[in-house]
Amino acid sequence: MSGYLNLRDIDWGMLVIVLVICALGVVQIFSAALGTQWQDAWWKQIIWTAVGLLLMWIATAIDYHALMTRVWALYFLSVVLLLAVLLVGKQAWGATRWIPLGPGVRLQVSEFVKLVIILLVARFMTELRGDNLELRDLLKIMALIVVPMLLVIKEPDLGTALTYLPILGVGALLAGLNWRYVVATAVIVVLVVPIGIHFLQPYQKARLVSFLNPEGDPRGTGYQVIESKIAVGAGGMWGKGVAHGTQTQLRFLPVPHTDFIFAAFAEEHGFVGVVVVLALYFMLLMQIVKNAQTAPDRAGMYICMGVAALVLFHVLVNVGMVVGRMPVTGIPLPLMSAGGSSMLSIFLMLGLVNNVRVRRFVN
Amino acid sequence: MKLLPIEPETQHQAPSKPVLRDDPKFAAVRIAVFQYSTVAIFLFLISGFWDLQVRNPEIYNELAERNRIKSLPIIAPRGKILDRDGRVIVDNHMSWSVILSRESMKTEHLRPIADGLRLDYDDLMLQLKRYRSRPKYEPIIIKQELTPADIAFVESHKDADFFPELELIHAQRRMYPQNGFAAHVMGYTGEISESELDQPEFAKYETGAVIGKFGLEKQYNDSLMGVDGQREVVVDNRGRERQVLGIKEAIPGKNLQTTIDLDVQAVAELVLEGRKGAIVALDPRNGEVLAMANRPTFDPNKFSVRIKTSDWKQLLDNPDHPLLNRAIQAQFAPGSTFKPLIAIAGLETGTIDDQYTITCPGGATFYGHFYKCHQRDGVVSLHKGIVQSCDVYFYNVGNKLGIDQIAKFAHEAGYGEVSGIDLPNEASGIVPSSEWKIRNFRQKWYAGETISVAIGQGATTVTPLQLARAIGGIAMGGIWYKPHLVKTAKPDPPHTYPLNPENVAKVVSGMCGVVNEAGGTGGRARLPGITVCGKTGTAQLASNEFLRKGGHAPKDNAWFVGFTPPEHPEIVVAGLYEGGEKSYYTAALVRDVIKAFVDKKTRLGQSLAAVPKPAEAAPAEEAPPTSQERE
Repeated sequence: MSGYLNLRDIDWGMLVIVLVICALGVVQIFSAALGTQWQDAWWKQIIWTAVGLLLMWIATAIDYHALMTRVWALYFLSVVLLLAVLLVGKQAWGATRWIPLGPGVRLQVSEFVKLVIILLVARFMTELRGDNLELRDLLKIMALIVVPMLLVIKEPDLGTALTYLPILGVGALLAGLNWRYVVATAVIVVLVVPIGIHFLQPYQKARLVSFLNPEGDPRGTGYQVIESKIAVGAGGMWGKGVAHGTQTQLRFLPVPHTDFIFAAFAEEHGFVGVVVVLALYFMLLMQIVKNAQTAPDRAGMYICMGVAALVLFHVLVNVGMVVGRMPVTGIPLPLMSAGGSSMLSIFLMLGLVNNVRVRRFVN
Repeated sequence: MKLLPIEPETQHQAPSKPVLRDDPKFAAVRIAVFQYSTVAIFLFLISGFWDLQVRNPEIYNELAERNRIKSLPIIAPRGKILDRDGRVIVDNHMSWSVILSRESMKTEHLRPIADGLRLDYDDLMLQLKRYRSRPKYEPIIIKQELTPADIAFVESHKDADFFPELELIHAQRRMYPQNGFAAHVMGYTGEISESELDQPEFAKYETGAVIGKFGLEKQYNDSLMGVDGQREVVVDNRGRERQVLGIKEAIPGKNLQTTIDLDVQAVAELVLEGRKGAIVALDPRNGEVLAMANRPTFDPNKFSVRIKTSDWKQLLDNPDHPLLNRAIQAQFAPGSTFKPLIAIAGLETGTIDDQYTITCPGGATFYGHFYKCHQRDGVVSLHKGIVQSCDVYFYNVGNKLGIDQIAKFAHEAGYGEVSGIDLPNEASGIVPSSEWKIRNFRQKWYAGETISVAIGQGATTVTPLQLARAIGGIAMGGIWYKPHLVKTAKPDPPHTYPLNPENVAKVVSGMCGVVNEAGGTGGRARLPGITVCGKTGTAQLASNEFLRKGGHAPKDNAWFVGFTPPEHPEIVVAGLYEGGEKSYYTAALVRDVIKAFVDKKTRLGQSLAAVPKPAEAAPAEEAPPTSQERE
């Protein structure tokens, strides 16, 4: 299969951007976790990056057309795994998000379901007859995505479940979504959200409330937002320097190496550092979009755009949370936040993008 | 959003298409929409950083320079423990504690802090280690019960130049009566241990919580314990409070009213002083525990925060086991105090009647073994058998009854099972039976063993509480209430086994003779003007076989159980004097406890139902004139 796979065909520009972001992430993890129980998280992150690169290569090598024909099997497997995590996870593994693979290594199933959702949307959209997305088809694909979403929400991991939506959103946009459906959906959301809030977990409600009014509860989830904003503000234009952020180093900032890593980064590197990293993410996104534009077929285009949608959503929600412009959802910053599952899943997605890229001259 | 399809290529409308269409350019405009959205999102994010970092950094800088929010715990006082009249037995007193804020803590400060507060540095480090999983903003109490010197040290060192991580807080400390008074009943409190934190019933507590660990403190911990409050203040970098963000008041624990009568308890404690044993006083009409005293005892005040290792070791290594609540945990052969039960069993089953007599020549032979009696009683009837505690009489009754009849009545009276008193770790004692022997030894019961059981020896063991409850219930005509120290809204219904009142009267009359007739074994329990009934018991600790082989016998345990008045008893007291040898010593102890109870009634102008009125019976100096007039 990899007979015509050539290292030169890989998107080296994208890879360089990715590795620079990862390197900044490792430095920031080192600085933020200094003197805490996560002190060794930075070299674990290096290992995850290495494993991620390997997985990316594998994901590049398997022709995505072969994956497309097996989407339904993958979808079925995902639902079964999510059910397994939900039903027996508690008794068997003591958690409902992870399946343990070995000592210290555990797999967050919902992270990898993202890949399946990307492939599912791509397959579904390419099989459409017309150039516009009909309501019937939209409801069909929504129903397909709602099943794993509900399972993930039940874990409970609302944040990760929400990441499945932008994949669908961008897929629908590209498939030619009638603007009337957008309006209709907006109306439904406005009507459904108040009812939905009723069914949220208390901690999820608290997060929502504290997003709307962070000063109301300075020790709860609002505390995280306030401390995060203080950390960002303390960074100023040029930052306080690596390992010199007072908010970060004095542990005012919660989980400064995972979800709030960008707040720690902003404190230690200032506005200038923030602009540089956001520019890197922007370049990464544009590179992925470029690969979508040069894709050999619609399926490839949808895959690339699905990945782009997901990365954009992660950046928007995570970075938005750090500056208090998005609620605290526990969504990690791709490539920077410490954590194995999210690293491996993002590298697999980048592998899919490369997969499409290396086959751009086929046909 | 403009989402109109503006694709140049339209040949893909044909219905017979391959599954994957290969026209990636069809969505160029829509991809452009995505790109512009991305630009907008990044501008939105960067504007957030611009706001916080460039436009207005001073505010957040200043906030970050400050130490920010400090949470100071407000410790909820534990509920007091009161006696039945509302008098305080266990109280709290104000004290100062010093807390260490881990947010602003510097590791190099810990050694001088430990030195200044005279704490063990390694202990302090261990304590910090235990708190590692707790959020940083939760402070740790590092020393309680501060001395004036400690307070001075904290006051002079808590500013920014020295140790700003220190803070003084008020706390309520537990104060128990001195000299181990009622210590086993009240129990003690202590900091929750690591192993307790892993148990489900302690799941609601956090590291550092002070919980009840023994006695009533443990049994009623949930109601005694309050909910700690919290004060959130903004402090500047010099440790001064700038603003109070919020106060969550502490909810104090509920007071616990017990059934203990301090007047009776005090005498019980007093008479046991210098001895080893236990006294339990019950109200047989409802199961209320009026007094429960144990010797040797311990000082629960030493436990109130964290007991010193040396003190703890001393308690554990003491061969007399001061932590044992003998009243409910000591299991010994009841000796002759078992005889009233044998008598009632014999009468109720028709095995004997009051015409049944035997001749006691100072011993008798059963199944080839000679069992001796402590004296020659001549012709013995039921009454005389109880009064003089004639072993041979009860050998015969027991032999006629058989072990399983004895066991049945013993279980009815509550022997061999826990009474269910509201204290932790009650012992059940043993009532031997043929079934018990098969289950525990896989052996058949030998009829000869019944002979020993009939006089409360052999494998039979009881606790003082069981003895008081059993005798009280028999005197009540077969109603055994569950002993309790705290009244519940819905008391458990008593266990009943209706006894023939005539039979009860015969046995009670015998027990009155024990105290009040010439030749009775419990004459020392006699009180002027009051009819005390009772039964003595001297229990061997070593088996007869052991003694025959020439073993050195430990001193016998001396038992006495007494109640008054004979009909409708209001108090029943069981006393155990370990190694007391002579049961009449214990009779004197029990007498004093009963006297305290009766004296109090007299003093308050109440009289026992079946006791002559104080004006007639009690000496004039014991009854105040006012109560005489009221009678």
